[in-house]
Amino acid sequence: MNVLAGKTITEKIFSLACGKTVEAGDLIVADVDLAMAHDGTAPLAINSFREMGGEKVWDPFKIVLVIDHVAPSSNEGTSNLHKMMREFVREQEIKNFYDVGMGVCHQLMVENYVSPGMVVVGADSHTCTYGALGAFATGIGSTEMAAVFKTGKLWFRVPETLRYMLKGKLPQNVMAKDIILYIAGEVKADGATYKAIDFSGEVVKDLSVDGRLTLCNMVVEIGAKNGVIEPDEKTMAYIRSKGRKPKTIVKNDEDAEFEEEIEFDVSKLEPQIACPPTVDNVKPVSEVEGLEIDQVFLGSCTNGRMEDLREAAKILSKNRVHPNVRMIVIPASAEIYLEALKEGLIETFLRAGCVVCNPGCGPCAGAHQGVPEKGEVVLSTSNRNFVGRMGCAEADIYLCSPITAAISAVKGKITNINSLR
Amino acid sequence: MDGLKVKGKVWRFGDDINTDVIIPGKYKFKTLDMKELAKHAMEGVDQDFSRKVSRGDLIVAGKNFGCGSSREQAPRVLKEAGVSAVVAVSFARIFFRNAINVGLPVIECKDAVKETDEGDLVEIDLEKGMLKNLAKNRVYMFKPIPPPLLEILRVGGLVEYLKQYGTYKV
Repeated sequence: MNVLAGKTITEKIFSLACGKTVEAGDLIVADVDLAMAHDGTAPLAINSFREMGGEKVWDPFKIVLVIDHVAPSSNEGTSNLHKMMREFVREQEIKNFYDVGMGVCHQLMVENYVSPGMVVVGADSHTCTYGALGAFATGIGSTEMAAVFKTGKLWFRVPETLRYMLKGKLPQNVMAKDIILYIAGEVKADGATYKAIDFSGEVVKDLSVDGRLTLCNMVVEIGAKNGVIEPDEKTMAYIRSKGRKPKTIVKNDEDAEFEEEIEFDVSKLEPQIACPPTVDNVKPVSEVEGLEIDQVFLGSCTNGRMEDLREAAKILSKNRVHPNVRMIVIPASAEIYLEALKEGLIETFLRAGCVVCNPGCGPCAGAHQGVPEKGEVVLSTSNRNFVGRMGCAEADIYLCSPITAAISAVKGKITNINSLR
Repeated sequence: MDGLKVKGKVWRFGDDINTDVIIPGKYKFKTLDMKELAKHAMEGVDQDFSRKVSRGDLIVAGKNFGCGSSREQAPRVLKEAGVSAVVAVSFARIFFRNAINVGLPVIECKDAVKETDEGDLVEIDLEKGMLKNLAKNRVYMFKPIPPPLLEILRVGGLVEYLKQYGTYKV
């Protein structure tokens, strides 16, 4: 008999990570395969590491440090924190360090390190992105990260899994972002608190790896601990294309126990938009159509990948950005930037009147590269629209897909592309 | 915190208080000086909070407190500002872990949240899982924090805990 029978992907990954069969609800201590921190969280982790008496990190090959949130630095205070990271990297001989301009931490993790079956922790809430590759990945705080730097271990409570079955066929111009925004609107900001979300169904199979990463990226916006998608041929092709092998290919057992199964039929889904000031304040784009916008941001760990840039470029190759709008485009990594350059997308963006910035988090983190002014309206493909998120408490942030962002930038107002045809 | 008990005056907040309003990103990327950052605690929902709050005061809020980013600066600035505990209907998971790790007690107690008003004097015994609203003369029981986490709180946070124990005792 298979001792791992009747288990979810998350339960199985944890079982393998701690060498015994575990199930939802168990409190366990597991070895982590990878630990990531960035300039918003690593400096505090480094402080805590020293405070807890840390001298050498547990494994300099398994730590990834990235400067992406304010990169290049916009002020002296941030520069000081960046310097602290660089010194730590040299002192500890950390092998995986990405200085300014290499990309958003999550994209770099996906491109270079994460494989199916791994346990990955990151000092950033959107670490949950990597579940799209069949790994367990979740966000933690800085002091916990310090403990991981020191010991390579962390305690977890094995989460129950909610299965979200995505059925039907996505209509034209509706993207993975629209699906996850719609789900956020339905289940609300605490709809999956502490849970794993397993995305299944024909729609997930049809999605590209880029789209799957977008889905899993935003599970934290509904409170989830991790999102997960069963690895398939697309996952394996992606991993192979990056020259990696899976740690273990883990699938749900036929008789795996899910706490709840919820079906979402996407066949009639319209483009969605999250209105300020919360991610779960979601409406069809058609309900807010016509609202004038000042700034558009295409990028971030949610929507800064090739598929996103390609979809936006299709629209911008034939149209110019509206004169009242500033459109900021940021490829999620240097690798994506180069690919976009080769495909001519960067030229398309520049000729359409966009500002193309270096890879990184851009205006999403609220500290540089497009801080809005009071009363301005920002349309963004990123993942949060909280008060002050982009650095100004009196600006309104709306979240949408790359297609909606691009067509709205052209029209100068929030636009549903499907109502144009 | 006196052992595992806290006592203080209540500040009330609503549902879904996210970490961007607890400590806006524009400040936290510039410094690790928590005293400096604490001047902006809760700025996104109450501009004057850091000036009004007194040492020992408690926050009582609705559901999903601390949702959003993983920034540990959020519970740290609350603690630095003087907040001795947060009572809420529920917490977002990363905030919950971070709060314990930096030694800020977090308690889920729906009934108490419902019946507590701003300014009420409240006393909490973390070990017993008991919250007393002294202003209203009401007592509430809540599910105590699991012992391994309570131990992290008792010693003052994860740094002190790992200094003492070297590793997790789960």
